[in-house]
Amino acid sequence: MKAGLLQRAAAAPHIVWSALFILAPMVFVVYYTFTDGSGSPSLENITRLNAGNYLMILVNSLCMALIATVICFLIAYPAAFIFSRMKKKAQRLAILLIMLPLWMNFLITTYSWMTILEDTGVINTLLSALRLGPVHMINTPGAVICGMVFCFLPYMILPIYSVMAGIDPKLIEAAADLGCSPAQTFAKVIWPLSLGGVISGITMVFVPSVSTFYISQKLGGGTFQLIGDTIESYFTGTAVNYHFGAALSLILMVLILISMAVMNRFGEGEGGEIR
Amino acid sequence: MKKLSGAYLVLLFGFLYAPLLVMIMISFNGGESTAHMTGVSLRWYREMFKDAATLQAFKNTLTLSVSAALVSTFLGTLAAVGIERMRSARLKALVMSITNIPMMNPDIVTGISLMLLFVFMAGLIGYTPVLSFWTLLIAHISFCLPYVILSVLPKLRQMDKSLPEAAMDLGCTPLQSFLRVELPFISPGILTGFIMAFTLSFDDFVISNFTSGAGFETLTIHIFAMIKKSVKPDIYALSTLIFAAVLLLLLVYDLLGGREEDMAV
Repeated sequence: MKAGLLQRAAAAPHIVWSALFILAPMVFVVYYTFTDGSGSPSLENITRLNAGNYLMILVNSLCMALIATVICFLIAYPAAFIFSRMKKKAQRLAILLIMLPLWMNFLITTYSWMTILEDTGVINTLLSALRLGPVHMINTPGAVICGMVFCFLPYMILPIYSVMAGIDPKLIEAAADLGCSPAQTFAKVIWPLSLGGVISGITMVFVPSVSTFYISQKLGGGTFQLIGDTIESYFTGTAVNYHFGAALSLILMVLILISMAVMNRFGEGEGGEIR
Repeated sequence: MKKLSGAYLVLLFGFLYAPLLVMIMISFNGGESTAHMTGVSLRWYREMFKDAATLQAFKNTLTLSVSAALVSTFLGTLAAVGIERMRSARLKALVMSITNIPMMNPDIVTGISLMLLFVFMAGLIGYTPVLSFWTLLIAHISFCLPYVILSVLPKLRQMDKSLPEAAMDLGCTPLQSFLRVELPFISPGILTGFIMAFTLSFDDFVISNFTSGAGFETLTIHIFAMIKKSVKPDIYALSTLIFAAVLLLLLVYDLLGGREEDMAV
């Protein structure tokens, strides 16, 4: 009995820590959103969201993140499937190789992408040599999406792979024995069983994509701003305004929460159809 | 089909490793440019080792990451034990969802929310500038904690609950039973948590960007500052060395992990 009490109390330091450094900071985002520079209550920051092109920036960020997420999914799903069919040793190596770029700092890899995509960069040098002419790539939305896909693709592959590796091969054999075509086996067995991984992958790619800031500055050439860039500029830039920055962050958080809720509901609906 | 999936994997890894190849190549550049190779040399590696600010930033990052990983592993392991033992399912769910907030929130929001807390509190007691090693450490511990907890919890769930009970029946005090029976069993989870915390902390830029002050520069903050000015291949030399270190670490971890799996069989 004594042991039980002692061990349940073991979570106490973490609970205190979470209250101080996870919950309290969230409260401060709300507090700063609804106050002005002198600390008195104000709705100024919310009304200001309507003015200017902040909503446009928000919509742009959501669209870019959505496109990056879809591309990541399209690349990751077949890759995860191929990995899950390989021999155990090869699987471990493949996953190691997928994780390795994650450990490289994204500031550096984004800079490398500049070298690759520039008008006189690696790709264009190759294209010119083949007489396919230079193609302008840097400072376009495509370049930014390329940077996002590179940074977050492993987060899509890993969860999908881990559910696919867990699918019992006997289930697939059974489906085939019972007369399923490969397409039917995919639709009725593999897809429903891998959906959990797909949903966590989408979450893990969408959230950092929608809030990204450095990638868009470097690969977009500062020609268009995403919500992450805007938020950053209000905290570290020359026009510092914590209150309005907090308001933008709050909106971003709410939008992400809504997206998550919609997706989880979608996931449950899909899951329901399996039975 | 085999050929098709082979080609697919070549394209995939080509995409994932293209920027790393560029980085490694340029780090051996003889010239000043980060875009064109002019001869091969170790010049930028020498320059990097002569650069006191870079070396200091590297030391700072190691200090920070090891401290953050140690504290978050300690707190997180205790927390996992406590959470696993909680009787009230509702309390457990509440604690878990709060724990998960830093994982669900975009890093930029975690960063600015902590910054607002620090700045506000410091303003109250008139202690400025507040952003320093300590605020950075608090921020890093906070975002590492959930990863440690989520690495340790599954191990605790796998453990046969009658083991610690048997230890106590045989005369162990609860603390002895925890240290001698439970701790060895969950230690792989603790190690995974520690390594995750260390690498997350080492690599973090976004949260550090908002919670660090002028006096204490981590490697990523230093790289960011260097990139803002002019980029020379010395950053690539530094990153290539880090890449080599990470590769080594992963291979060692993989070998250790492999042995453990063999033992389980």
